[in-house]
Amino acid sequence: MRLERRAHRPLVLVLLAPVIAIVTALAISGVLIAIAGAPVLEAYRLIITGAFGTRLGFTETLTRATPLMLTGLAAAVAFRARVWNIGAEGQFYLGAIAVAAVAATVFSGWPPYLLIPSSLMVGAIAGMVTLLVPLGLRLRFGVDEVVTSLLINFVVVLFVSMMIEGPLKDPLAFGWPQSIPVGADAMLPKLIDRTRLHIGLLIAIVVAVLVYFLQSRTVFGMQSRAAGLSPTAATFAGVPLAKTLIKVACLSGGLAGLAGAIEVTGVKGYVTTDLSPGYGYSGIIVAMLANLHPIGVIAAALFTAAMFVGADSMGRALGIPSYIADVTVSLSLLTMLVSIFFTQYRIRR
Amino acid sequence: MTAHPVLRLSGITKRFGTTLANDAISIDLAPGEVLALLGENGAGKTTLMSILFGHYTPDAGTVEVAGAQLPPGKPRAAIRAGVGMVHQHFSLAANLTVLDNVMTGTESLWQLKSSTSKARRELLSIAERFGLKVNPDTRVGDLSVGEQQRVEILKALYNDAKILILDEPTAVLTNIEAETLFATLRVMAQNGLSLIFISHKLNEVMAAADRVVVLRGGKVVAERLAAATSRAELAELMVGRRVARPVREAATSGPILLEAINLDVGRRLSGINFAVRAGETLGIIGVSGNGQTALGHLVSGLVQHSGGELRLFDHAVNQTSVRALIEAGIGRIPEDRNAEGAIGEMAIWENAVLERIWEFSRHGLVDRRAARQFAAQIIEGFDVRGGTPDSRTRLLSGGNMQKLILGRNLQSRPRILIAAQPTRGLDEGAIAAVHTRILEARRAGTGVLLISEDLDEVVSLADRIQAIVKGRLSPPVPAEQADARMLGLMMAGDWPQDGTLAHAS
Repeated sequence: MRLERRAHRPLVLVLLAPVIAIVTALAISGVLIAIAGAPVLEAYRLIITGAFGTRLGFTETLTRATPLMLTGLAAAVAFRARVWNIGAEGQFYLGAIAVAAVAATVFSGWPPYLLIPSSLMVGAIAGMVTLLVPLGLRLRFGVDEVVTSLLINFVVVLFVSMMIEGPLKDPLAFGWPQSIPVGADAMLPKLIDRTRLHIGLLIAIVVAVLVYFLQSRTVFGMQSRAAGLSPTAATFAGVPLAKTLIKVACLSGGLAGLAGAIEVTGVKGYVTTDLSPGYGYSGIIVAMLANLHPIGVIAAALFTAAMFVGADSMGRALGIPSYIADVTVSLSLLTMLVSIFFTQYRIRR
Repeated sequence: MTAHPVLRLSGITKRFGTTLANDAISIDLAPGEVLALLGENGAGKTTLMSILFGHYTPDAGTVEVAGAQLPPGKPRAAIRAGVGMVHQHFSLAANLTVLDNVMTGTESLWQLKSSTSKARRELLSIAERFGLKVNPDTRVGDLSVGEQQRVEILKALYNDAKILILDEPTAVLTNIEAETLFATLRVMAQNGLSLIFISHKLNEVMAAADRVVVLRGGKVVAERLAAATSRAELAELMVGRRVARPVREAATSGPILLEAINLDVGRRLSGINFAVRAGETLGIIGVSGNGQTALGHLVSGLVQHSGGELRLFDHAVNQTSVRALIEAGIGRIPEDRNAEGAIGEMAIWENAVLERIWEFSRHGLVDRRAARQFAAQIIEGFDVRGGTPDSRTRLLSGGNMQKLILGRNLQSRPRILIAAQPTRGLDEGAIAAVHTRILEARRAGTGVLLISEDLDEVVSLADRIQAIVKGRLSPPVPAEQADARMLGLMMAGDWPQDGTLAHAS
């Protein structure tokens, strides 16, 4: 038995691969549900109704999917150009805290149509800067950005802690460590009243389409792909390697920073150290599930968010740990990687 | 030869999808014989050897070693029966020593004591016997390509190989290394080993083999004793039709287009002088690793000169860039088409336009229609087979990929063509096609700078020849005056060390 590379990737297989992967992952987590002593089919039903069946559940899934789309895009854009940005979590938090710092202070009194875009922009720029540090180290000294971008996450989270315990601490929060609020004018409009769902979802979808356009139709997209696939061939073809990677890093870091900015101005209105339940890291999974395709990221983010929300409510209803969601999402990443592999290779005897 | 074959392949058939890679192939190998398996890329040579070595299971047919049939699809059984294989791409661990590499896989995993000193003695005695000099304690990563190949051969011999298969052994070697290898093969044959070497190069087949089996389209089309055949006959048998490399006619050279005066590139090139004229080919010969890469990169806009003067169309150039050179009308064929010339995972049309993307984009948007059209023109005009503008470039064979690279440069009629190792690793048919195109461009007035390690190629294409040795260039000699002895001396660095001679012709 040996593996053989396929000459073409059949479209049917490419579309079917994620479905097969997710079904397999659900089947395996079914075993774990059974071991936990819950009825498996009932659990599946509760996951689905929990994530989609009620108004509250459905809007919650969409709300959770919003930052995942943006961090997923951040990872997808970077990975395509072989910039290993593992630091979306840090970029997310720095984007968030930057918005909290300026929205109610520097920008105070601005009309919403100016305030909201400027705040989001500030968040995106903060994310960019966070990623430009590790990329600069790579370009200048050849330091592996996997390590540096990951380590910066911890630096940023501690910095955010320092800010919300110190200069940006909300004096009206009864001593809770949280930042000063961004203010009502800076808050993103709700998409549906009396839910947490906000206009950030639409922004994320539009951004995904824009990223798709950027990658498939522009010179920048072509050059960044070339730079990722073969730096030597790209150099020979006159692609400015460093410049292209810097642009990629700005885009990737900017997207992750934007995710943080949108989460602050869309949901909570202030920053705490539990603003993100690992959105930055889950973004990597989302990007891999989507096979780095920007439109696929939308679907992958919805799936991941649905699993978290659905498993949460299933866990509460059946009294089993909601960690089952983490397991299922991780399993589906593994099965997805295997099925993507088999769209490219086949087994021969 | 003796009546009893050490190896007998009978009726080997292997089908991949709809293509018949091997069609009822039968071959015998006598002890102490050097057999060449000659065929173009895709003739089925490598498939056949993979079946012999147990990497593939044949659809029909058997492999017998010394009269005993080998179980199909079992590499271990093949090794145990004394079949050794030296792959084109070595399977060595660069971070281990020579001795470690040779011993890998020969010891039981559960054995606590490693018998290193015994292995070392054995390795040295094998090396001695076959004249394969090597230091067992060097890290493989520090060895030259030729030496690494020696380690591969030693590894096979250490495993008691009686039959050694070499897959395109000279593809990665310099001429001198190749000659050393052939001498080694002779010694091994005299010691009773049987050898099969796979090749598509006529010269080396004639030089090294006792017997030649020619494969074409998965079939054995002919079998000849090397002493009783000729290059021309083998070429015709291999390609299936008469192929002749095109012949250069006299040049009508025009003004100087590209000129280097006492040029330095760091420490890699020092004080070089050359001049490329319109309608003329300047050939640079030399043994690999003497500065060819730096020279190619300099005139391709990848590195800058650090001293002297570079003149383009009679103007001094201080700072070059890829874009500036392409816009000035310089076509560039890189020496390594897989690493530099094309990106396998990108579409053919993308590879066609990537280096001149500004011509196919507006406001940062790629004009995909024009780009596809450009690619289609190249495919049509340069006979690129095996793909449409939208298929992935890695699906193209080496020859077709090179035609694509040639096409994207020649389509826009460059004034200067830089061709670095333009036919390295290509088969006869593709070589003839590439040569024809280069001569055509020259006839149309393009000045060609040909950098090649293939002496035959330079002699047949170039009007003037210079040798590159340790980063220095010899003065040019007209091709008519160059004979093998003179070129040999030039490549050895034996010329008057006086830069002014460069302008003498």
